[in-house]
Amino acid sequence: MEDLLLKLRGIVVEVNEVFEKVKKLFVDELGIEADKVTMEAKLEEDLDIDSLGIVEVVMAFEDEFEIEIDDEELTDVGTVGQAVNLLHSKL
Amino acid sequence: MSKRRVVITGLGTINPLANNVPDTWSSLINGESGIDTITAFDTSELPVSFAGEVKNFDANEYMGKQQARKLDKSSQLSIFATEEALKDANLNTDERLGPNVGIVFGTGIGGIGSTEQAVRTFDERGASRINPLAITQLMPNSSTGQVAIQYGIEGPSLTITTACAASANAVGEAKNMIQNGIVDMVVVGGTESGTTPMTIGAFAQIRALSTNNENPKEACKPFDKDRDGFVMGEGSTVLIMESEESALKRGVDIYGYVAGYGATTDAYHITAPAEGGKGAVVAMQKSIKDADLSTEDIDYINAHGTSTPANDKNETAAIKTVFGPKAYEINISSTKSMTGHLLGGGGAFESMVSVLAIQKSIIPPTINLNNPDEECDLKYTPNVAIEKDIKVTMSNSFGFGGHNGVLVFKKD
Repeated sequence: MEDLLLKLRGIVVEVNEVFEKVKKLFVDELGIEADKVTMEAKLEEDLDIDSLGIVEVVMAFEDEFEIEIDDEELTDVGTVGQAVNLLHSKL
Repeated sequence: MSKRRVVITGLGTINPLANNVPDTWSSLINGESGIDTITAFDTSELPVSFAGEVKNFDANEYMGKQQARKLDKSSQLSIFATEEALKDANLNTDERLGPNVGIVFGTGIGGIGSTEQAVRTFDERGASRINPLAITQLMPNSSTGQVAIQYGIEGPSLTITTACAASANAVGEAKNMIQNGIVDMVVVGGTESGTTPMTIGAFAQIRALSTNNENPKEACKPFDKDRDGFVMGEGSTVLIMESEESALKRGVDIYGYVAGYGATTDAYHITAPAEGGKGAVVAMQKSIKDADLSTEDIDYINAHGTSTPANDKNETAAIKTVFGPKAYEINISSTKSMTGHLLGGGGAFESMVSVLAIQKSIIPPTINLNNPDEECDLKYTPNVAIEKDIKVTMSNSFGFGGHNGVLVFKKD
């Protein structure tokens, strides 16, 4: 049980780390205001990231996390939180 | 049915001299040069190290980083100039302009800086790292689309790419659109931001640019015996053109009338003007006829005057052919001596100069004209502005490709 809690806590920390990195990318690379970037923020409606912007976001993720993201993996990504979870699952 | 008359009611500009119309005008009549050593990039590998760059413009600060990074500099400058022009014409920049307003922009090479950057990225990091915004930044109609989006311009749109005649043709085509009743108002502009490494290098390769690296401010010397090429400039200028009826109904001040437009093609050589400026001659004649005027009526010519050996000689010959003995009496000047060559942005800038000359009764000078070429022996207004009552002005623009666009502006 304690092992499981420790593991869960570890995951939360990792997710937070991924979120902070994502937030930094959005702010530094894309020029989005920092306080708009929350786990709940919708990419298109709240952050004004359109279909062209998504491609930029993916490229920035790929460079930052040294991973590759297929277009199909993005189908269910509509919020910052969903993006963070996708990235976390690929690390 | 008589044709509708077309007026100019708003002006906006950002160029190597200044970032608004009043400061630009005061620089022009004081004979200042906006040309200097290039600051935007390292020029050590280039044979030319100077240009007319826009100064004190921070796009991130002006439009926010999220928007600025989506646009090529040529489009950033277009939006900046449009904002000033719309406000000057007493239009609300927070409301959509709607379907009765058109947009016509001219540019020579569109988002060339973004093209250069995308190619560098492709070479260095491969296809998967190309900026996904590259196409929308580099396409020549990018400014047209971005300005339309920004201000909700829903009428017809055109992007004209006749090189250095582009925005003169834009003014002319917009005049036709309004005259023919297609729309009541057109946002007309010219834009260029080709002060970039490959573009400077490529123009230098065809020996089109001055190489006077030691004295940038004195390098552009139209009609002077020692001229050795043009100087690259960047900037955007926007005019709000509308039917006289629309302007009167809105109760706004009128700068002047766009009275005549003549356009021809040399069909001779891709860069060199036809001998004696044959195509330019017919364009000037057509513009005067279109304005229902005669050669006697023209008080001032804002020359194309690029400071290349070929242009200035042939333009002089063309003016003599069109005006006969009267050619020696007309005040002429090349404001490119101060701004450098704004390429596709030149026609709009010089249209602005042409109507301001009427409004202010001042002819801006041709600076750096100290040693006139005997083949360029007209009244080229050397170095000092002239005060004079002016009723009708002509603006010449000629582009690579053999494109000629000539405009005639009237006081009333």
